[in-house]
Amino acid sequence: MSGYLFWLYKWLQGEIFTIPGRLLAAVFIVVLFMFPLFAKNPYFLDILTLTAIFAIYAASWDVLAGFTGQINLGHALFFGVAAYTVAFLNKYLGLLPWATIPLGGIISVLVGFIVGFPALRLRGIYLSLVTLGFPIILTGIILIFADFTGGELGLSGIGYLSSANIMNYYIVFFVMLISLFLMYKFTHAESKIIRVGVILHAIREDEITARSSGINTTRYKLLAFGVSGFFAGISGSLYTHSIRIAGPSTLELFLSFQAILWTIFGGMRTIYGSVVGVFILYPLTEFLRIYEVGEHVRFIIMALLLIIVLLFMPEGLTIWIRDKIEVKCQRCKLPNIRIRKSCRACGAFLHL
Amino acid sequence: MIKMIIINGLVLGGMYAILAIGFSLVFGVGRILNMAHTAFYMVTAFLIYVAANIFNFPRLPAAILSILIVGLFAMMCYKLLFDRVKEHETAIMIIGIALAMLFQEVLLLIFGGHYSGIKPFIAGFVTITGVSVTYQQLLAIAATIATLAGIWILLKKTTLGLAVRSISQDREIANLMGINVGWICMVTFGISACLAGVAGVVIAPIFMVHPLMWVNPLIITLAAIVLGGMGSIKGGVIAAFILGYAETTVIFVVPEGSFLRGAVSMAIMIPALLLRPEGLFGVVFEEELL
Repeated sequence: MSGYLFWLYKWLQGEIFTIPGRLLAAVFIVVLFMFPLFAKNPYFLDILTLTAIFAIYAASWDVLAGFTGQINLGHALFFGVAAYTVAFLNKYLGLLPWATIPLGGIISVLVGFIVGFPALRLRGIYLSLVTLGFPIILTGIILIFADFTGGELGLSGIGYLSSANIMNYYIVFFVMLISLFLMYKFTHAESKIIRVGVILHAIREDEITARSSGINTTRYKLLAFGVSGFFAGISGSLYTHSIRIAGPSTLELFLSFQAILWTIFGGMRTIYGSVVGVFILYPLTEFLRIYEVGEHVRFIIMALLLIIVLLFMPEGLTIWIRDKIEVKCQRCKLPNIRIRKSCRACGAFLHL
Repeated sequence: MIKMIIINGLVLGGMYAILAIGFSLVFGVGRILNMAHTAFYMVTAFLIYVAANIFNFPRLPAAILSILIVGLFAMMCYKLLFDRVKEHETAIMIIGIALAMLFQEVLLLIFGGHYSGIKPFIAGFVTITGVSVTYQQLLAIAATIATLAGIWILLKKTTLGLAVRSISQDREIANLMGINVGWICMVTFGISACLAGVAGVVIAPIFMVHPLMWVNPLIITLAAIVLGGMGSIKGGVIAAFILGYAETTVIFVVPEGSFLRGAVSMAIMIPALLLRPEGLFGVVFEEELL
């Protein structure tokens, strides 16, 4: 027993504590796990639940836009489709959350394929604009068939995720951890097990070269659409079960833009960047709501914060911080803390 | 009905055309996807609202002054914000969205979220073949035509226009030929905001002003630009009129059509782009073909 503990300690010391970025991530997860112990006000717990849901959503945008380079301006399509799917399944067929959430994700994947298949003929800004169009069209359809979809008010009276909101929080928290881990592995370029990440990077950097290297780029772009759509769908489903209403606001332009705002604020092309962006910006705007003045100025503060951060760190917050505290070994490509003189694994000089 | 569609479509299409020209000028010269473009339109509309409804200024000086103010303000925004992050495409997009959000929230704070109408420049209407057309609509149509002609002359006949066109063709060579690219970019940004301002001044009195009025025109402007083909001003104008007419027709013909305002433009744009991926008048570059 103590042997295992010693091994665990050694592993933590070697892989987590030596690299400040990983240490921060570990502290973040532990704090989130312990948060219900300290939270006196259930309102804070609800906000954090929604924040975790949006973290999945923003990260799924990053998979498609950051890694594959397909800037999707209508990401709320996946979110909204899943939200309405869950609402229909739960309200009209009476299915429970454990069934509706995966089904919402799967329907979103199908929608991702339907949107992605024609859209992949287009590139760059043309693709962005076509994806922007789909949620707007769907909103129009939903508003026209108001007696089935609830119209502007949306469908209310959807079942709880679970009976207690602490339980609710932990379900969302673990789904978030698993989803983020899967997305991180899926897009990780240096992974030895899943080789998709490096192909997605290749497609982003130069699609023609990727094609001439024998990669079926259309298939991989569709795969990226599907994966991104699945996780956005999961977040949409969780969101619907958490706030228990599915309305046209889940499809609106602002929600699509918010995924972009969060991700670029935090740092693109890193799954953790979008998580950091969501966990700073979303609670900020929600906590400001508590005060009378904050209610009116919360988006002004958010916009100013975005502008200031982007002016001084145009790559995003996490990338700026990461470059300050970490340095990559030139020889073996392992990350090291900045204050080290030689690499922790191969001993090569870090600062040449 | 058909006559009303023609008049209203002309007004709406003209507004989208002016907005689309400004947008594609900035995109062509600075490679900036300016998401705050229609926010300048909104700001001008609010300036003219203040001038007309609250202070009751004489209209013509107020209109010219507010257009110029917005132009200068946009140049300031360009110099302070857009210019500094111009290497990062996505950061530019986000700065535009954040700026538009900032304007929206500030206006919401000052004026509140309700819809308010502007007093028309010239009250009254004239009846043309049985359809009553307000003088404001005639003014809007005239202003649209004048602006389109003005921008055509500016681009084709002046030195500034030559510089703008050469920068949009090749930035580096233009720089080597002695054109001050940074300066021209800033001026173009100002001109584009002034164009948005013209749309705001003459067309806003026909519609209502409210702090969310930038969203819908932004979507349609983007659709028009892409439908017409990036970088083609002629294509942008034609696509803007197509979308304007489509929107008007749907609003007049289909019951509950106003729900479909944005959707109909998208429903036109998407199949058109799938059939012709470079837009109606866009240019295909050989090296970008797949």
